[in-house]
Amino acid sequence: MLNFIARRMVFMFVALWAVTLISFFIINLPEGDYVTAYIATLQATGSMVDAEEAANLRIFYGLDKPLYIQYFKWMNQIFLQQNLGFSFEYNQPVTNVISERLLLTIILAIACVIFIWVIAIPFGIISAVKQYSVWDYLFTFLGFVGLAIPDFMIALIAMYLFFVWFDFSPGGLFSPEYVGVPWSWGRVRDLIDHIWIPMVVLGTAGTASLMRITRANLLDELSKPYVITARAKGLSEWRLILKYPVRLALNPAISLTAYILPYLISGSIIVGVVLSLPTVGPMLVRALVAQDMFLAGGIILLIGFMTVIGTFISDILLLIVDPRIRLGDS
Amino acid sequence: MMSKFSYSYFMSLFSKGSNNQPSERDDSIELATQRQLIWRRFKRHRLGFTASIIVVLFYLIVLFADFLSTAPPVDYAAARGYMPPQGIQFFKEGHFMSTCEVTGERNMESFLMEFEADCEKSEGISLFGKGYEYKLWGLIKTDRHILGMKDETKDPNAWIHLFGTDKQGRDVFSRTMHATRVSLTIGLVGVALSIVFGIFLGSISGYYGGLIDSLIQRFIEIIRSIPTIPLYMGLSSAFPDDWTINQVYFMITVIISLFAWTDLARVIRGRFLALKDEDFVTAARLNGAKTMRVIFIHMLPSFYSHIIAQASLSLPLMIVTETSLSFLGLGLRPPAVSYGVLLKDAQNVQSVANMPWLFIPAILVIVVILALNFMGDGIRDAADPYQEV
Repeated sequence: MLNFIARRMVFMFVALWAVTLISFFIINLPEGDYVTAYIATLQATGSMVDAEEAANLRIFYGLDKPLYIQYFKWMNQIFLQQNLGFSFEYNQPVTNVISERLLLTIILAIACVIFIWVIAIPFGIISAVKQYSVWDYLFTFLGFVGLAIPDFMIALIAMYLFFVWFDFSPGGLFSPEYVGVPWSWGRVRDLIDHIWIPMVVLGTAGTASLMRITRANLLDELSKPYVITARAKGLSEWRLILKYPVRLALNPAISLTAYILPYLISGSIIVGVVLSLPTVGPMLVRALVAQDMFLAGGIILLIGFMTVIGTFISDILLLIVDPRIRLGDS
Repeated sequence: MMSKFSYSYFMSLFSKGSNNQPSERDDSIELATQRQLIWRRFKRHRLGFTASIIVVLFYLIVLFADFLSTAPPVDYAAARGYMPPQGIQFFKEGHFMSTCEVTGERNMESFLMEFEADCEKSEGISLFGKGYEYKLWGLIKTDRHILGMKDETKDPNAWIHLFGTDKQGRDVFSRTMHATRVSLTIGLVGVALSIVFGIFLGSISGYYGGLIDSLIQRFIEIIRSIPTIPLYMGLSSAFPDDWTINQVYFMITVIISLFAWTDLARVIRGRFLALKDEDFVTAARLNGAKTMRVIFIHMLPSFYSHIIAQASLSLPLMIVTETSLSFLGLGLRPPAVSYGVLLKDAQNVQSVANMPWLFIPAILVIVVILALNFMGDGIRDAADPYQEV
């Protein structure tokens, strides 16, 4: 078991390192550097910077050094000072700009995972137990469709239908009076009122795949001898199913969550743009268009970290749920 | 036989073929080649087979986008902004096909054009009529289109708008045809690139095993554990502004396939692991065939069907990715036309609610994505004809 955790830890750190490399690469991708952008903002406000001052600034920020030294400086800054750099768009440190949006993104992702479990597992069980029934076909068909339609299309369709049927456009995560105010109970309740539309839109694809996997696993388990034995002993059908085969069929459901998470985060960016949510997605798009690279790189770094750590957590959850991994020696 | 539209027919769309028609199991099964077996099995997968017909239709649009278009896709004219779709009438006023004459006037309060169709005056349409000039497949210069106006003296932009027009007065139907061409070929090129990556890394991983295998597998796991859309966005936002459409188009396919080959590599590795100890592989090796020859001549052809199946399942994913990027404004940019660029117009709910025809491209995207997915599923099920489902 310790072996398993250790291996996953090592993997997690390598993945985190890969994320930092990629983010740093993206920050340095556009032409020009921090100082070029800084000078541009200064010039926009009317002040001038001469070439000597620019060179001094480059030395001050270490931009005259080779890239790998810049990378170490950047890492140092992040992990020792929790400083992700400076956003030119907002004229504030990146950490200030994204903290609340990042929190809301995490909340949305967790809400989605819970939604996926709550919907997909019962429906998957019904599909398997009542195989080839009308319900089975209905869920399978909806699952196929939900899996195939990209989530931003679902978001567009949802927006359209809400607008046409109920004459209101869903968008945002808060009512106007709760935007940009400190957290309170009223704000939490307001968030719960608003979060369900993005949650359903974003969770559809995950729900579909988890439903199919639960169904397939449960079908495998249902034909095993221990189920027949339990039935022969006179256990009531639903109690039997929930007590033994479902427990086994749930393990892949948990490992699938780790697999879904990157897709969920990717999807939340586009859905965030369509539904104009106060998550990191729309901010990332704006930062990239404006070439505000420290903000963009910071967002990519943090959502990458979030996904990798989330994957690690779901691995640990699997360990708790599945004794075969916990007790096995590999 | 079942009646065409019965409940049982609908249900049988979902069955993965096989069991329901035992009568087909005659001697020909033993004599059929692998390819024939796969084809038979695929035909029995009705949903997949139906979907593949739709896919073929879409790729016909790709081939004949200009021929099907009725107006140049990028020509705009503010005087025809937001014009509703025009229908085709048959056998009216001496024309076989015709459309009502539409006159527009600007409403000075909303500043939008208001159109009125006058069906008393119909304008004739001819099949294979003349339109704007284009080069078919970049080679044959022609001005024939599937539909053209009989009155050739008219302004070529004032032709029939089957799907209406967008804000700038561009013909949505023609734009949809061109977007289909761009988006569906991006998918194909991307899949081709990721097949190259996937075969290369998957075959090394599966054939050699050991340390190389676990390194490549960990590498794949890392790629899969990172959300890709933000990476694509970051990479494509760095394209210089002065790049041509073709450069952007090519780089986008490269970026997408840079991360999309992992599924394919996994499938190929699995097949290599399963086959590398088979007798025919050992025989080839003992005969002195070099490693590359064993991999490419002896082993790969035995699971072409699996590669095709996986590739056809990655195709819709690529199309969705390109659509998403262009939709966010970080992929193809106007004047290029792709599904994502078109859907950008459908982002504003108010305008879509008033101008529902702007949503037609979205329906086409959904249809083609669904069809590609169902077809891929069908091919995957048929890929291994000896396996019992």
